[in-house]
Amino acid sequence: MKINLKINNINRDIDVEPGEVLYDVLRRCGFTSIKKACGTSSCGVCTVLLDGMPVPSCSYLAVKADGHNITTIEGIKEEADRIGKFMVEEGAVQCGFCSPGFLLTVIAMEREIENPDSQGIKNYLAGNLCRCSGYEGQLRAVKKYMGVSE
Amino acid sequence: MEFNISQSVRREDVPDKIAGIAKYIGDYKFKDMLYARTLRSTEARAIIKNIVFPKLPDGYCIVDKGDVPGRNRVKIIDYDMPFFADGVVNYIGEPIALVVGKDKRVIESILSQIRVEYQRIEPILSVEDGLNAEKPIFGDNNCFSDYTISKGDMVSAKRRAKFVYEGEYETGYQEQFYLEPQGMIGVYEEGKVSIYGSIQCPYYVKNAVEECLGFEPYRVRIVQTTTGGGFGGKEDYPSLIGGQVACAALKTKKPVCLIFERNEDIEVTTKRHPSKIRLKSYIDENYRVLGMEGDIVLDAGAYSGLSSVVLQRAMFASAGVYNIENLVVRGRAVATNKVVSGAFRGFGAPQAFFAIEMHMEHIARELGIDPFEFKLSNILRQGDRSTTGGLYRDRILLPEMVNRVIKMSSLEEKKKAFKEKRKIGKLNGIGLSMFFHGGGFTGSGERDHIKGRVRLVKDDKGYVEILVSNVEMGQGAGTTLRKIAAKTLEVPLSKIIFNNPDTDRVPDSGPTVASRTTVIVGKLVQEASEKLKERWSEDRVEVEVQYKYPEGFYWDNDRFEGDAYTSYSWGVNAVEVEVDPTTCEVKINGVWAVFDIGSAIDERIVKGQIDGGIVQGLGYASIEVMEDRSGKIMQRKSTDYTIPTSMDVPEIKSELMCEPYGGGPFGAKALGELTLVGAAPAYALAIEDALGVKINKIPVRPEHLMEVVQNGK
Ligand code: FES
Ligand code: FES
Repeated sequence: MKINLKINNINRDIDVEPGEVLYDVLRRCGFTSIKKACGTSSCGVCTVLLDGMPVPSCSYLAVKADGHNITTIEGIKEEADRIGKFMVEEGAVQCGFCSPGFLLTVIAMEREIENPDSQGIKNYLAGNLCRCSGYEGQLRAVKKYMGVSE
Repeated sequence: MEFNISQSVRREDVPDKIAGIAKYIGDYKFKDMLYARTLRSTEARAIIKNIVFPKLPDGYCIVDKGDVPGRNRVKIIDYDMPFFADGVVNYIGEPIALVVGKDKRVIESILSQIRVEYQRIEPILSVEDGLNAEKPIFGDNNCFSDYTISKGDMVSAKRRAKFVYEGEYETGYQEQFYLEPQGMIGVYEEGKVSIYGSIQCPYYVKNAVEECLGFEPYRVRIVQTTTGGGFGGKEDYPSLIGGQVACAALKTKKPVCLIFERNEDIEVTTKRHPSKIRLKSYIDENYRVLGMEGDIVLDAGAYSGLSSVVLQRAMFASAGVYNIENLVVRGRAVATNKVVSGAFRGFGAPQAFFAIEMHMEHIARELGIDPFEFKLSNILRQGDRSTTGGLYRDRILLPEMVNRVIKMSSLEEKKKAFKEKRKIGKLNGIGLSMFFHGGGFTGSGERDHIKGRVRLVKDDKGYVEILVSNVEMGQGAGTTLRKIAAKTLEVPLSKIIFNNPDTDRVPDSGPTVASRTTVIVGKLVQEASEKLKERWSEDRVEVEVQYKYPEGFYWDNDRFEGDAYTSYSWGVNAVEVEVDPTTCEVKINGVWAVFDIGSAIDERIVKGQIDGGIVQGLGYASIEVMEDRSGKIMQRKSTDYTIPTSMDVPEIKSELMCEPYGGGPFGAKALGELTLVGAAPAYALAIEDALGVKINKIPVRPEHLMEVVQNGK
């Protein structure tokens, strides 16, 4: 069946299978920044923004996204650069497999909560697993980026 | 170019990773590429009587033992593990065949229609059964390795001892859980096989694939793709699947891609060895540990893999950071019909250090003396001898490091305050661990097996490429090696190039394991840079250097005597916890750490290793529960096996102290594994402090704690 997705502000009509998940559809369309680490919506690595909200694309049916806006890293280069600078500076990236999903979640958080404190940041990012960094560098980067002290 | 080697620089690999354009194995597309999924054993131990395949649609095929043109055994240390089961299966999940074709869904459907007829054999499902096996899986005694190390005079130590203390310690499985699952692509072109993949050890895969195909070395090429974490999990396993995709590519003459799903990865790939360690110490009236007897049993799983060396590392660390002059330690790696245990950051050391650190604490408590004083009075000093009789040549900064951690964590004040709190039912505690890690291969491995070679190539524009087989897998190796070269050559960092290794281009500088990349390979990069510097004026220069075993060291591999390592890194960790009095759930309130890794090549990279390693170690000690029942891993889904999240860890405060190693680049020593080793005992000791109980087993689970607490100990 056909669905319409507005991916990074560009409308596309896409043929999908009824059971197909967003992850597979988006990768098929060339958005390979999206990675998959669990496939069971428990790691946050495959995060994309659906109308601005983070969703695990590995477990989100493509048909459900019909008519919605999807954002991937490819679509937010500027914001990614801005946050990315802090991630580089604070050593938030090691193997990098979690980085795109993490970054998108940070962007969603920034839009969603005003002036989060450091606990609020931790809570929001708790669904994004990282096996390399112990989260320290990531949290330092986000706090610096958002101007959160302590 | 003058710069301080420790000062952090920007990592070159990071911008592409953030932008999502770094290419991991799943991002590679080859023309006409086929996909593969694995048919696996559902039995722990059985003879395969027959396999019934459905009629295959056009363009689909089965690849199995009949398609291995060379030797159907994976070369790891020995040759016991087949690429595809050969008439028998020895663990649930053992690969029998690949189903290969264009459409993943068709492959799934074929897989579900294959019927394997088994004749069951009574499986060996525990190390206890394994040690008394009537029908051994391996050899006569069912042990892949059975070693003993000894030194001094145990008889006299026993005679002189006033106190004897014995304890048994147990550790569980741990899954590496690199976020990028295992994956490889095999390509066959003009008589040559190329394997692309997420790997730590290109030449391990190359050697395994050559033997699998029976190909000359020039017909096998391995290319590392950006690797989403390894932690040891991509040391040995890729040799197995590398051979499989090679056979599939050879058979179909098309590129074949095999990438694991997470659940599959958790269930069938190698993990940290579960261990049972018994330690018996003999102590004199001045509270000196005169002697120790140890018995280490590792659950190796169905095939030997890397178990012999994991076992050695555990045995050599059995006395921890203590100077125990008389010692006998036996170690056995026992075959069981379970998933193969393999390499995971620490490689036997986390098990051994958990045991000895708990053991020393328990001795002190049993004797009614202060644990710190007891430990510090038995601590290793420069000039002491290791468990294998090797000399500790350099200064050991442990006492200073302990003092520093005590200060940083306000340990003494907290201990006092927690005592008061306990009176009103608040269960806080703080624990401290001391540990080391030997850099590089154990014993004479670097000299006799690896013989690492490093090449540098300078072009006419003054760019220098580092050609090594060591991989960047997130740990920062690329940046670290580039810095070493730039600093030595006195050129800007931007002039030094590091690419993912391709065995057609790079010499064999050894695997990316054993915390060896900085201390061993980095040193070779430094030596090569010095040579290159002398010939800098030439247009195009190529220099190559090879590892030389340092003078004055000695190792006898038959007797396990001498210098088990040429350098040691050290660590002290403190962990503070709070235990919920009703649920016994544990919250970590603070972590402090001091490490001596010689000089840091890049402080930010070092900090990243420290943070990541400690959190993995804390997971190992607490929530990373993995058990097996009837040979089946119970936590085989990502929803069942949990690793720490950002909510589970407090800020980690760490510092470095430096006793430089003359044999390392700019005085650097090993780092990567050390960081994981001490977290588990510090965590367990903190819980002991909070609850006044004895902990002999990790992961520490709330339900076990409740039992212990209710039993009123
Ligand atoms: S891959 Fe989708 S949440 Fe883990
Ligand atoms: S950087 Fe490797 S998983 Fe986060």
